[in-house]
Amino acid sequence: MTATSTFLSRRTVIAGTGALVVGFSVARRAFAQQEPQNVGEEPRRPVALPGSLKDAPLIDSWIRIEATGAITVMTGKAELGQGIKTALIQIAAEQLDVAPHAITLVTADTASTPNEGYTAGSHSMQDSGTAILNAAAQARAILVNAAAARFALAAGELKTGDGKVAAPDGRAIGYGELVSTELLHVEATPASPLKDTSRRLVMGRSIERVDIPVKVTGGAAYVHDLRLPDMVHGRVVRPPSPGARLKAIDEARVRRLPGVLAVVRNGSFLAVVAAREYQCVQAMRLLAATATWDGHSDLPESGKLYETLLALPSRDNDILHRSVALPPGGRTLEATYHRPYQMHGSIGPSCAVALREADALTVWTHSQGVYPLRGALSELTGLGAEQIRCIHMEGSGCYGHNGADDVAADAVLLAIALPGRPVRVQWMREDEHRFEPYGPAMIARLGAALQDGRIADWHHDVWSNTHSTRPGKAGDLLSALYLQAPFPPSPPRPLPQPDGGGDRNAIPLYVLPSVRVTNRFIPQMPLRVSALRGLGAYMNVFAIESFMDELAAAAGADPVAFRLAHLEDARGRDVVTEAARRFGWQATHAQRRPGFGHGFGFARYKNLGAYAAIAVEAEVARESGRVRIVRAVAAVDSGEAVNPDGIRNQIEGGMLQSASWTLFEEVRFDRTHVTSASWASYPILRFSDLPERIEVHVIDRPGEPFLGTGEAAQGPMAAAIANAVADASGVRIRDLPLHKERVKAAIGV
Amino acid sequence: MITLTVNGNDHTVDVDPATPLLYVLREDLALHGAKFGCGLGQCGSCTVMVDGRAVFSCLLPAAAAAGRQVKTVEGLGTIDEPGPMQQAFMAEQAAQCGYCIPGMMMRAQALLEAKPAATEADIRAALEPHLCRCGTQARIVRAVMRAAQAMRLVDAVGRRAEASP
Repeated sequence: MTATSTFLSRRTVIAGTGALVVGFSVARRAFAQQEPQNVGEEPRRPVALPGSLKDAPLIDSWIRIEATGAITVMTGKAELGQGIKTALIQIAAEQLDVAPHAITLVTADTASTPNEGYTAGSHSMQDSGTAILNAAAQARAILVNAAAARFALAAGELKTGDGKVAAPDGRAIGYGELVSTELLHVEATPASPLKDTSRRLVMGRSIERVDIPVKVTGGAAYVHDLRLPDMVHGRVVRPPSPGARLKAIDEARVRRLPGVLAVVRNGSFLAVVAAREYQCVQAMRLLAATATWDGHSDLPESGKLYETLLALPSRDNDILHRSVALPPGGRTLEATYHRPYQMHGSIGPSCAVALREADALTVWTHSQGVYPLRGALSELTGLGAEQIRCIHMEGSGCYGHNGADDVAADAVLLAIALPGRPVRVQWMREDEHRFEPYGPAMIARLGAALQDGRIADWHHDVWSNTHSTRPGKAGDLLSALYLQAPFPPSPPRPLPQPDGGGDRNAIPLYVLPSVRVTNRFIPQMPLRVSALRGLGAYMNVFAIESFMDELAAAAGADPVAFRLAHLEDARGRDVVTEAARRFGWQATHAQRRPGFGHGFGFARYKNLGAYAAIAVEAEVARESGRVRIVRAVAAVDSGEAVNPDGIRNQIEGGMLQSASWTLFEEVRFDRTHVTSASWASYPILRFSDLPERIEVHVIDRPGEPFLGTGEAAQGPMAAAIANAVADASGVRIRDLPLHKERVKAAIGV
Repeated sequence: MITLTVNGNDHTVDVDPATPLLYVLREDLALHGAKFGCGLGQCGSCTVMVDGRAVFSCLLPAAAAAGRQVKTVEGLGTIDEPGPMQQAFMAEQAAQCGYCIPGMMMRAQALLEAKPAATEADIRAALEPHLCRCGTQARIVRAVMRAAQAMRLVDAVGRRAEASP
């Protein structure tokens, strides 16, 4: 059976009792799932509509106004803790001329919101923010025109405010009185009557986030907190090695445990459902202890990971090649950088609730893409997409493609086994650590020629697996790989430029007369991987910005001055200059204390998004090798800043998360399985590693396009730390992470 | 049957006494504040106060909490009338996803009740058992310092009120 054949098959969920032997049919179809973002899509209209309006052009797909005046704004994007809800409400409130609290925002739900693909790639402000900005401005103009007709006045004479349109003669009419079912059911136009930026009342202000009060008072804020009537709990027993196959289970023993409702087995997919959550955990443990498995994956020897990856076939592609004849002389440098597998490591393990009723399947999920997930679940279950509703609810922090989609599939498989009962599945900590898709291990080899203190030639080769195995297809869901009739994983694919995947940000923003950048895409995946915040940008910027410091040192130049000498982009120069000024680079760089170092890092995310420059002061303890970040100062330009404190929060968080990756993180494994099964074996940053001071300076650009923020700090922070460590210790370390054993060994004390 | 006193109210629940307190709080008492993070005492997101001390509710058997005063983040105030710790976290916007935050708040509350004059260094040291993956630590420290100040003020006003006839 191929992934594109269309006949139906029946597969069986072997459940715990005769009564619970449940079948579900599976239709396999080619899926033309629309994923409007992160792909270089051809515009379908002669003049492209702004943001996601190009995919959902009707104004009432975004904004609905009831006769009561109640305003609902819809977004296909999801709140991930990044504060997007607040920013989108601010945009709509500003352009509609209403107070923020007058707006109800509905986020990603396949029953009610536009399909905006994934909430990923720092695209939410560009896609959804831009769509809502323009839709709201156009809605306001439509309302003003409708009022003008009622008042028999020119639209230009009317003013809006507080949800009303007012005439100079004192007459006023509420938005709710003006709307009819058809009024906003019109296609948007390319140009919008946006409010002048000088008249902004809501945008550009750090209003408090709408999602925080419920989170700090114990409200039901997460899918983890969803409690439906008659809800039951499921846990999946994962194999000891990803490639192991289930041989036998002692079902009878597990069935006798209190509260157990079903043992569900389908091929090597094994799970238990119980009335209460802890009963389920205990049953899962017994089931795991008594299950026997055959076979295992053959993982690389961990000490030879990079050699193993380099020995795999790669598909090579020059993403930039500009050759000029170089004059003789000068100096050449080469350096190779490594990044291990790293994990998302959300503090709350992934969770979902699913309910199968009659012809409907409802899934509450913290997936980043409710529509793509629905497509994958449709293929998995054989249900039509129209029978499935995926509703986004917040999860624990999301930093890319984690276990959210996989656990939704787990809940669905169990909900089908127990129709009529909502089934909640939360992964255990070891499930999350061992089975989430990791950020790929990568290798970057850089070389350059220096002539007269300037870079004359540059080359960059980057080796990586794919950076997206996101669903769209059933085979992208973990448990689908273990069914009796498993779904094939999607063929690994490189993400195209200009966004890129492994080659994201592999092209430097610097002026380079002669340059070659080659993406070496490795299809074969020793470990399951996918998108981790920043994708290849984290590694490429770490490598490029480390190498810039190596070149600056070779040229005898100050690192900041060396960057500016090669940077023409005016906004890039602004963040570099601002970060250096706020850090006091010139004043303090010459007076560094022994054991302390300064480091700098810069990038424009994807060369399309936000600009970020970061300066770090770090102390390296020579005896232990421990790196302590003393202070970190960032300057960021995300275009028009809708909520400056929201941007600061995201950048601060990105800096600390990147510091954690850079100093501590490496997924460990032996020849058959991942051994990083908890925080003990995968340490991350703790409060004792918190810098004394973190500053983020936002350069606001009113009226400029939104550039997104979420991933901008990851690469620059990594490089700034590595450069500070090199500056402090005199030793350049090119392998991540810079944990104390590695630093100590490099220093050679 | 186990009787638990949570946020000042008694609850009698019919659970296996070995069930960790966390599951009873969430499933039987519908208190969402304490979160499952690791089940191993490594991350702190399940932290609640028991007799004034911060404990990992994912490790403490429910039976061991019987007869003791359990306090969760819901006991610090409500969304309409947030307490000083909650107000401080809102004022500092000290959350991203927020999943780890209630546990942090309970650890901080226990610290400040025991040591009202806690310094920034004390706060950082006290929060060491807690993980935040979003990287909100700097704001969390600021929020706890703000809460400490607010609680000292409330305390001082209370003492003055008691002292006056």
